[in-house]
Parts: sequence; C-alpha cells; structure tokens
Amino acid sequence: MPRLVSHPDEVIVLKRRFGQGATKIDRYIELDGYAAVQKAIAQGAEAMPGWIIDIMKASGLRGRGGAGFPTGLKWSFVPKTSAKPKYVLVNGDESEPGTCKDHVLFREDPHAVIEGAMIAGLAIGAKMGFIYLRGEYRYLLNIMERAVADAYARGFLGKNIFGSGIDFDIITQTGAGAYEVGEESALMESLEGKRGVPRIRPPFPAVVGLYGGPTIINNAETIANVPHILLMGGEAYARLGTERNGGTRLFGISGHVERPGVYELPMGYPLRKAIYEVAGGIRDGKQLKAVVPGGASCPVLRADEIDIGLDFDQLAKAGSMLGSGGIVVLDETVSIVEFALRTIQFYQHESCGWCIPCREGTDWIKKTLTRVYEGGGARKDIDTVQYIAENMMGRTFCPFGDAAAMPTLGFVKKFRKEFEEYIEGKKAGTPVMTKEHDLVEIL
Amino acid sequence: MSTIANSIFSPELAARFDKLAARYPVKRSALIPMLLYAQDEVGYVSEAVIHEVAQRLDLIDLEVRSVLSYYSMLRTKPAGKYNMQVCTNISCMLRGGYEILDHCKKRLGIENKQTTPDGQFSLEEVECIGDCCSAPAMQVNYEFHNELTPAKVDEILNEYAAKDGK
Repeated sequence: MPRLVSHPDEVIVLKRRFGQGATKIDRYIELDGYAAVQKAIAQGAEAMPGWIIDIMKASGLRGRGGAGFPTGLKWSFVPKTSAKPKYVLVNGDESEPGTCKDHVLFREDPHAVIEGAMIAGLAIGAKMGFIYLRGEYRYLLNIMERAVADAYARGFLGKNIFGSGIDFDIITQTGAGAYEVGEESALMESLEGKRGVPRIRPPFPAVVGLYGGPTIINNAETIANVPHILLMGGEAYARLGTERNGGTRLFGISGHVERPGVYELPMGYPLRKAIYEVAGGIRDGKQLKAVVPGGASCPVLRADEIDIGLDFDQLAKAGSMLGSGGIVVLDETVSIVEFALRTIQFYQHESCGWCIPCREGTDWIKKTLTRVYEGGGARKDIDTVQYIAENMMGRTFCPFGDAAAMPTLGFVKKFRKEFEEYIEGKKAGTPVMTKEHDLVEIL
Repeated sequence: MSTIANSIFSPELAARFDKLAARYPVKRSALIPMLLYAQDEVGYVSEAVIHEVAQRLDLIDLEVRSVLSYYSMLRTKPAGKYNMQVCTNISCMLRGGYEILDHCKKRLGIENKQTTPDGQFSLEEVECIGDCCSAPAMQVNYEFHNELTPAKVDEILNEYAAKDGK
C-alpha cells in the first residue's frame, strides 16, 4: 500500500480527509461528509441539476483520468429526458503505468467517491451508479463495498435519498486485469460482461452509453472532487489552479526521486519544483535525464524541458500531456532504448487486438526495438519505428493506439542520438533487463 | 437456495452468485465478478466453472470462454497457493523490479509463469499493479507488498511458507 506523504507546498482539497479515518462513515460525516449532496438537494428538484452543472463548469475541473475534458461540460451533454435509464460510471480502473493516485483515494476516502457519484447522478437524472475498480484492487473493493453498505444502512443510498424523493443505487465491482478497460467505451463493454474492446464514437456515452442509456463516465479522482467543489464553490476551486485548469490535482511522483509519493499540488505547479523540492530531488545525488510527465502514454520530456507548469495546456504546448498525473522521473543511469522497449512491451501486451493498426503496430515496434536492444539494429530501424508509430496515430477506435505511438515517437525523436549511438555499439545508461526476461517471448 | 441444482460452488458462493446475477440491469454484467470469485474458490477457472457460470447467466460456454481469455487475471490452470506477481513496469523497473523478479526466480527455483513442485508458490511477471510511488511492488494473491528489497522478499516468502506450515 502506498504510504501517505506530505509537503508544505501542497494545496489540500481532495486529500483533506486522508489519514483521518474517513473510511468510517461517522468520521466522514464529522468531516463535512454527505453535506455537499444535501446542499444540492436543498436547491429543490427543479433547480438542482442546473445548479450543480453551473458550479462544475465554474470550477474549471477537467477529467483526472488523462484526457482532461471539462467535467461540467461533459455532464451538460446528457439529454434531459431519455427513454432509457441514465447511468453514472466511476472509472477506478487505474492502470496507466506510473499512476497510483486512485489507489490512495479509495483507501483513504471511499465515501467521497460515493458522494461524488450521487451528485453526478442528481445532476443528470441517473438513478444508478457504478464504481468499477481494477481487478488488482480487491482490498480496495472491500473498503468500497463496506462504505457503500454503511451508506445504505444510514439511508443515504437507496430509496428517497435525503428526503429528495429521488432514488439512487450504487453497484461496485472490479475488472480482472486489462489496461484497455480503463478506456471509457471498453469499460462499458466490460461492465456489460464482455471482452473489453472499444466502441466506435459517435454516439458518445453521454447519449448512448451503458446498456444503451445516456451515461457519464468520470475518473474516480474527478468524482471525488465534486463534493469538495460544491462545498467550497466553483470559483474558489478554479482560483487554486491556472486559466482553464481549475483546482488541484493528485500527482504521483515515482522513479528516481528521493521522496516518491502522491502529492496534491495546484494545477500549473512548476514541474521542476515538483521534482526537486516536493519529491526531494534525484535519488543518490544523480543527474536528471528525462521525465514522463503524466503516465506511460505521455511523450517524454528531456531534462532541459522541465521549466513548465503542470497543467493540461502547458504540457500540450510542450508536445506532451498531463495525462493521469503520474510523473515518472528518470536519472542519468537509464538507457532510453531499454525504457522505450519496456514501454512498448507493455502496450503490445495490453493491446486488445480490436483495431489492426494498434494490434500490429505495437507488435512491430516491439520486435524492431527488441532487435535494436539486443544489438542487431540498423539505423533504418529508428525510421521504421517512427514510421509505424506515426501511422498508428488517429487510426484506431480508441485512444490506445495513440497512447502507444506517442511515447514511442517521443523517445525516438528526442533521444535519436542515443538510439543511433546504441546501434553503433556505444550504449548509454545501465540496462536492467536481461535476455531471459521474456523479451523474446513472442519472437 | 441456489437456483442451480448440484452447484459446484460452496453454498455461500452459490448464494452470493444468485444475488450477483440479480443486482444488475442486465444479468450478464455479473460475468467478470463471478469468474473472479469462482477462481478464488476453485483456484482457477475450470471447465466446470465455465459451464455453471454460463448456465447461471443464460450464456453459452463459448461466450464465457471468449470473455475469460481476454482478462489477464483469469486463468484456466491452477497457480501456486501463493501467486507472486512481480511488477516490472516502468516505475518498478526504475527502482529494481527486475532485481526482485530475478531474486524470486532464484529463491523459488522456478521461472516466470511456473509453479514450485509442491504447489506452494507460483511466479508471474506482471504489468503495472498501481503501487508506483512505493516501487518496487508485487502482489501475493491480492495482497500488496512494496518498497521491496531482496531481503524483504525473503521475509515475505518465509511468512507465507510459515502460514502454510501451520
């Protein structure tokens, strides 16, 4: 289990109840728990949905799963009336390598996820919510199930919640090991008891989603922010961050830093400070080589590119992404060739196989990089890798193809010289994988 | 009372499955949780498990097989009593994940995806398990262990071995 960490530069919104025993419902209530949902209900059935969505829009909250879509806007796409039931789906399938923030959230504040899902349901007129955790998080499912049972026992869930006349139920479950299921349409397939392959869009889930009904799908961290935002006000939350990037965010800093951990920092916080101050700098006095700023699918930044603020727009401008907020720090000992290979091994393993450019592209890149890594590479292999990756982009049902292609392109473009030198026999860094590590499993 | 006569599952699990199938708007949604819980009890997803789960959800066996083959945590062969799942994905790799995997291989005398002859331990190199900020990490069945060193792995292995010996 990840240990709790703190730093004076943190701005605490979401972590407010962490380490406070808030898994217990009484303690959660003491700490303003279930106050936000009651505040929403107090607006009256007529005004409530608009009131919630306006606050969410004003908050500038953008999806914490990776894509950074404005939450209030997403909710406003759900049609007011629908022949089919509407649903709220909380995505806790956290699987992006380098990301463990929802892990800490589920463990420390499960009721915030429940309360956020209830509010989302009230905003769009859904009567049922699902909280889907990754299969590896069984102990967290147990915590969530306990919290849900406690909320039912108090009458907070079920029929006529808080005297509103509205019913709301929550179902929790886990997946069974599949990165792709973190993608929203694959997640719905999985929840319907199928293979987790993506659906073509449009129609978008807000119109045709789970069981064909209008559905909003939000990352667990996004949802857990909702009660806090309702209590503090949308504008107050927005002011904590930067323009169009409201609030704070959980950043999981891992890799070669002195103090790895999940820190809550305001949006726009300088990446350099996050690495050198918050996370204590590079381990063992080594030099920084590169940073993967938002989980494995985000293009790498070189050490000279870290004077940048951590928000969606600044990272996009720099040619990368803020992604899931998983900052992976690489020191000078890392072989980029090896790191790139390990990254594509992951995507090759996890590609669901539905779209040919992704299924074949990840396999082809993996084979080519394996050949380079094992010393049999030629210069043209670097061009081949780049060519394949460029041709995967935008040619798949879901963003997985891009998620595999983008980091690959980042490595070969930004560290081309290192690849060339590697091929010529001058290998930078200290490799940690050896041949017997199933590298050639599929060759 | 279970809806299935002669269930292969314990009465507790059979009762749980009855509830699971009923709670979703569409029964089939219970498929993945059912396969996981069945695997927890039986040790793996056997032919008999596939058949009964299919029956419970009004599916044909093939549909269950199709879903089963997609998810990496579901297995059709038994694993060791304690399944060591060592993460070597990027955050763990940077902090010694491969060293931990190597150490497990040496200590257990088995390779990746193998089981010790006594059936006690199996070893699996896995992708990111979501404990990146405390890397390197592994799971033994569903339990997380992190900030691993070879010495810490030895302690953990001894603890599980002792549990088994009692």
